Amino acid sequence: MVTLIEDVPATMQVVYQRPESLSCVSTHYCPGCTHGIAHRLLAEALDELGLRDRTILVAPVGCSVFAYNYFEVDGCEAAHGRAPAMATGLKRVQPDRIVVTYQGDGDLVSIGAAEILHAAARGENITTIFVNNAVYGMTGGQMAPTTLLGQKTTSSPFGRNVSSSGYPIRMSELLSQLDGTAYIVRRSLHDVAHIRKAKKAIVTALKAQMHGLGFSMVELLSSCPTNWGIPADQALNWIAENMLPYYPVGDYKVHPEVTTL
Amino acid sequence: MTSGTISIDQERCKGCGLCPIVCPQHVIKIAEDQLNTKGYHPAQLIDPEHACTGCAICSLICPDVCITVFREPHRARMAAVPELSKEVI
Repeated sequence: MVTLIEDVPATMQVVYQRPESLSCVSTHYCPGCTHGIAHRLLAEALDELGLRDRTILVAPVGCSVFAYNYFEVDGCEAAHGRAPAMATGLKRVQPDRIVVTYQGDGDLVSIGAAEILHAAARGENITTIFVNNAVYGMTGGQMAPTTLLGQKTTSSPFGRNVSSSGYPIRMSELLSQLDGTAYIVRRSLHDVAHIRKAKKAIVTALKAQMHGLGFSMVELLSSCPTNWGIPADQALNWIAENMLPYYPVGDYKVHPEVTTL
Repeated sequence: MTSGTISIDQERCKGCGLCPIVCPQHVIKIAEDQLNTKGYHPAQLIDPEHACTGCAICSLICPDVCITVFREPHRARMAAVPELSKEVI
């Protein structure tokens, strides 16, 4: 039995519907991929703050390469890892715009590590949504800088090994040491309570940019059922059991003025 | 008396199976006997006893944002703000 919107009793009110900032197209993400949740949270935050008309989204290279198709905001596509550099230029030329980069871990921590570090160190007034799923998704599940020790990927079939691959990088902790940053937090998308907290963090990060406080980033622990090789529901449990101990959620840098927003 | 309901966009749903897990009333099921045009088994509301409360938890976990949630407005609230009763679909 399908409930059509026309069949809903007339006395009922809509309590949740698709945010306006999200396009009506279907995404190309795999079933159960939490990229969709991250997209929705960002769109809801833009709607809540009324920023849809003046936001520029810088899309990365990776699974979210088509992110500009999924939001009803202006967008552009950066070279691999260079979204913070492009965002820097956009924000400096048009300081009244809200500039958001949406990047994955392969894009931000690996090839784009220099760009994100220096954008944060310069205190560029941009917001970064960092989706960390501990694997390269689009290219076929290779090891990323954020891949956990012992985690099997297509390029580390026996598990990530410290002697050959070193240690996973905790990007939020790293960036929080830079003075130019205003708001650096890590949240998770593995259950509803954490999703609610992630939404609040994205709203705060955008507010920090609106008030010109400097660089803000929200890291979102995300799932990749396809490349982890497990069903979507187990992938959420995998985040809780394996990623949270190494990547604890929390506020790593909160500028004193951010707390007053 | 039903207090809420949901509408799932069957064509947008990818059948990932997350909403049936989080639903506190266990009224969402994956339709194993149906396929949408993408070839996925879509999620469905199976709620003969009208147990859905319109809590919207399913819409929070849905990665494809294909769930619209409806809820009966609170009577006391409607009495206090009569205009609310007009804002219905």
